[in-house]
Parts: sequence; C-alpha cells; structure tokens
Amino acid sequence: MSDLHKEVSELERKSATAARLFDIRRIIGGLFVVYGVIVTIAGLSPSDADLKKAEGVHINLWTGLAMLALGLFFLVWMKLRPAEAPAAPEAEPEREPGSGTG
Amino acid sequence: MQTLAEGLRLPTNGLDYAILAIYFVVVLGIGFMARASVKTSLDFFLSGRSLPAWVTGLAFVAANLGATEILGMAATGAQYGVAVVHWYWIGAIPAMVFLGLVMMPFYYRSKVRSVPEFLLQRFDRSAHLLSSVLFAFAAILIAGVNLYALSIVVEALLGWPQWVAIVVAGLFVLVYITIGGLSSAIYNEVLQFFVILAALIPLTVLGLKRVGGWDAMSDSLTKQHGGDFMTAWGGTGIGDANPLGANWLTIILGLGFVLSFGYWTTNFAEVQRALSAKNLSAAKRTPLIAAFPKIFIVFAVMIPGLVAAVIVPKIGTPDSDLTYNDAIPLLMQELLPNGVLGIAVTGLLAAFMAGMAANVSSFNTVFTTDIWQRYVVKDKPDTYYLRFGRLITAIGVLASIGTAFIAASFSNIMSYLQTLFSFFNVPMFVVFIIGMFWKRASMKSGVWGLVAGTAAAMINYFWIYKGGIIDIPSDQGANFVSAIVGFVAGAVVMVVVTLFTAPKPEAELAGLVYGTESPSPDEELDEADRAWYRKPALLGWGAIVLAAACYIPYSF
Repeated sequence: MSDLHKEVSELERKSATAARLFDIRRIIGGLFVVYGVIVTIAGLSPSDADLKKAEGVHINLWTGLAMLALGLFFLVWMKLRPAEAPAAPEAEPEREPGSGTG
Repeated sequence: MQTLAEGLRLPTNGLDYAILAIYFVVVLGIGFMARASVKTSLDFFLSGRSLPAWVTGLAFVAANLGATEILGMAATGAQYGVAVVHWYWIGAIPAMVFLGLVMMPFYYRSKVRSVPEFLLQRFDRSAHLLSSVLFAFAAILIAGVNLYALSIVVEALLGWPQWVAIVVAGLFVLVYITIGGLSSAIYNEVLQFFVILAALIPLTVLGLKRVGGWDAMSDSLTKQHGGDFMTAWGGTGIGDANPLGANWLTIILGLGFVLSFGYWTTNFAEVQRALSAKNLSAAKRTPLIAAFPKIFIVFAVMIPGLVAAVIVPKIGTPDSDLTYNDAIPLLMQELLPNGVLGIAVTGLLAAFMAGMAANVSSFNTVFTTDIWQRYVVKDKPDTYYLRFGRLITAIGVLASIGTAFIAASFSNIMSYLQTLFSFFNVPMFVVFIIGMFWKRASMKSGVWGLVAGTAAAMINYFWIYKGGIIDIPSDQGANFVSAIVGFVAGAVVMVVVTLFTAPKPEAELAGLVYGTESPSPDEELDEADRAWYRKPALLGWGAIVLAAACYIPYSF
C-alpha cells in the first residue's frame, strides 16, 4: 500500500500539469467564435433550396449565433475567473510556470 | 454494425470541409500545446492528478459519447422507441452517482493510477494481472470497433475509401495522445462534447419540425407500432411480449444494476477521467457533473431515431435499404444545409476519434503501469516509463487498426459492445463491490470471482441463449440476463473461496475497504469547494431525482 502511495505522491510533486497546462477555455472559446462567425455568415442569406431543406428554419443563422454566444461565454468566463495559479511549489529552476499558453 | 445504406452520400461542399479542416488543426494543436505539461509519467497517464472538476466531468461524459454510442442509441430509439431512455436514466445515472458518492473516496485516496491497480492493492497479483490483461485486450478491441465504424460511416457519407478514413483518424489519435498524453485526450473530449451538441441539437429541432412536432410524431408512431412504442415501461411486465425482449426486472437488475454499474464504476476508460481530477472533491464531482448532461443527451439521440422511424416507416426491415444505424446520417442528409452540415460531420468524426482516444489513453496507462512496470521491466527511472508509455500508445493505435474488422457479425453496434461489457465488466463490478465492503473477502477470492463471473456470463450467452436452451426474445434481453447470471456466479464463488482461503492482512487494507482508516488524512476542503453547488451529495441526489422525474411523462 504505502509503496504505491509514496511513489505516486512523489510523482505528484514533480508533476508539471498544474503549472504548465494551458486553459482549455481559450481553445473552446476560440474555436466556437470562429465556427460561429463562419456558420452565421453562411446563414445570412440562405438559398431557397437550403431554406426548404431545413423546413424553413434559418438553421445556419441560429446555430451560428448560438455557437458564437457559447464561444464568447467561454472567453468571458476565462477573463472573469482566470485559472488560479497552483499553490506555489518549491521554486523550480525551470521555466516560468503558468504563462497560460503552454 | 454492417454496412451503411448506399445513397446516404452527403452534399458536402468546401464550406463543410473547411469546418472539418479547422477542427483537425485544433485537435493537433491541443496535442502540441499540452506537450509542455508532460514531465512525468503521472502527467502523461493521469494529467498529474490536477484537472478541475468541470473539465474531467465533461470528459467523463464525452468519453462515453463516442459515435458508436450516438449512432447505436439513435438506432435503438428507431427500433425500440422510447424504451431507449432506460440506457440513460436507469442504466447510467444511478451508477454514476454511486461512483461519485460511494466509490470515489476509495479510488482517489488510495492514489491508484488505474482500476486494475486497485485490485492489486485490495486482492492479489493474479486478480491484478487478469484484469489488466482483459482490460488491455478489450480496450484495443473497442478502439478497433470505433475505427471500423468510423470508416463505414465516412465512406457512406463522404465517399472516402475505408482505408483512408482508418489511417487518417488513427494517425490523428496517435499523434495527439502520444504527444500530449491524457491531458490532450481529455481536452479534446471536452471540445468534442460541445461540437457534438452543436451537431445534434439542430438535427433534433429540424427533425421534430419535419414530422410536425412531438405530438404528431407520437401519434404516427403509435399508429404504426402500437401504444407501447412511445412509453418507457409499456409491455415490460414479466411474460409480456415487447420488442426489447426484456421485462422490468431484467431491465432494472440486468441493465440498471449489473451492466451499468459494471461499466460506469469499473471501466477504466471512464474512471481514469475522475482519477485525473485535482483533489478528492473534484474527483467525486466528476461523474456527478457528467450525470446532468447525460440525463438530457438522450433526447438528442432518441428524437432523431424516432423521426427516422416516421420518415422511413420500414427502416431496419428487409423492405428498406436503410438500417437502424442510418437514422442520424439520414437526417443529416435530409435536413441540414451546408454549414451546419459541416458542423455535424465534424461532430460525428470528433465523436469517433474521442471514443477511440478514450480507449487508447486508458490502454496505454494499464499496459505501462500495470503490466510492463509491474511484471516485465521493473524499477527503472520515471523517464523510462514515460518513453515507454509513448511507444505503447503508438503500438496500441496500430493494434486497434488491425482489430478494426471484428465488429461485422452483429446488426446493432450497441448489442456488440454491451455483449463485450457483460463479459468483462460484470465480474469486475461484483469483485469491486464485495472487495470494498467486505473486509474478510480473501486475497484469492478476487481472481476467482473474475473468472467465474466472466465464464458464467459467456456460458449463458453463447451456450444457453445462442444454443437455444432457453428462449429469450432478443440479444438485448439475453445480455441483461447474462449480466445477472455473471454477477450472481461471481458473488457466490467469491464467498465460497473466501471461506477457504486467507484474508488480506488488515493493515494492508487501510483506505481500500469500507470501515478502515485511510492512510492519507483528509485534505482541507478548498474554500471554493465549500460552496453549496459543489456539494457532492446535493449534486448526486439532484441527478437521481431529476432522472426519476424524467420518467414520469413516459410512464403513464
């Protein structure tokens, strides 16, 4: 029992994930803003064929706007509540922790 | 799953391919960006046990939301009707809540890195080795099933030759997991979760509009299939005939208890997401956060399935070219204009890759820490195991490409997966539950419980059911019964073996069994984790109540 416990605790101390892993909210936010813009533009003036196919719903427009809103939500959330820096570990003489971009 | 119908080719254009291409770039980008955070083997296999709960929670649900699940559950909806909700509300939520509230403290505090490693701590090396090998084997098999299914769908929808789809998807998974490890897999799963929702929600809305709304759809299906089709429990009395081939007892015990608890609480591809959480509170909340989207996702797969059953009344019968698995691709073709169509194709491909990646990223952990490090090449420095983990990831992907063709003999993907789970996971759960709650359960009882449970489930399925000795109306129903048989056999054998063999010394059980002191003292709860909305008990019971309430409109 204690061997495993010790081994994993030791690895946890050396782990770099908490300090160096980037914030996924940036990626979700960015991708959905891009997708939202693309799909919204595609939906601005739908062809009659597209409209008919989608049961008369401006589906690209609505989906695009919803994706844009989700993307902005993630970016705003990240801005308002940035990832807490991990409780400073013993100063490691390596790179700066948590610059955010990994 | 067999072949997808001809004539499902989607009218994709450059816009759709641009959307798909952006996604592939981002997938690789996540892998490369995560690379800097991988310093130890624990970073690679378990994200250094440092991710926040909302990330691990969404990854937990996304790891299960592979495309085989999405297409398979829509198929189940088209075939059996509203009864598909059982796979979610009774077949997932109680088990997820049980994992979070009851089992996670034992898993997380013991610092095990995998589910088999828990068996090593609680029982002995034979249970550990057996479960590790079985898991590694099953993970590659399932990754292969995913890849094979992907190639069929991509061939039908986009016209790519099967081998191209297999190689491209396989290589992308290989690259982003080999480089970024579990963090990369989990981040991609979180992203995939949102993309697949962006694909399924428009499809559901337009599908309902197409058939004139829920009530019109309900009337049409009731006329076509009878009143039970639109209810959850109709026709499930013991002895009644229903298309599912199961009664309320086998649904609750077989699906809701044995199969579901086996899958959600001991399948390492799921549990790994929770073990990578940053503290016990986050680990507990991982499956609980996942439970809420899980309750509602059923609507986004069931409704397209039902709509397809209205649009093509003969779907799944010899009179139609379309199989049940075609439900979602059919609706994509019929309803989505370019743009949203690209999102849907991207979501489907993302779901295939995530389903495969979840299995690869759990396979490499078990193979490295549980098999290689424990039995083959021991006591090397950590950098060696990190390197080996990367190597075995690549080998695992190549192996799953090789096994991609096993899935061909069942008509419904879910039957196939459930059959596998009923053989491998049923005995896992009985061994865990007895091991965690009965101190006396002996060291040797673990391995014998696993062997007996797997054997009993297989004998029941292949010999007694397939051999026609007893008559169960469907494969699904037989799965449920086999699961119950495997569970009972495993439990009986464990008790009997325990009576004749030595218990594990009590000191070695600390923190592993209910009623023992954990060696790691309870960490102080983070200030933020004290908030009422982060209380595990509230989240867990909230999910149970919500799932039960969801049954009400479909039960009377």
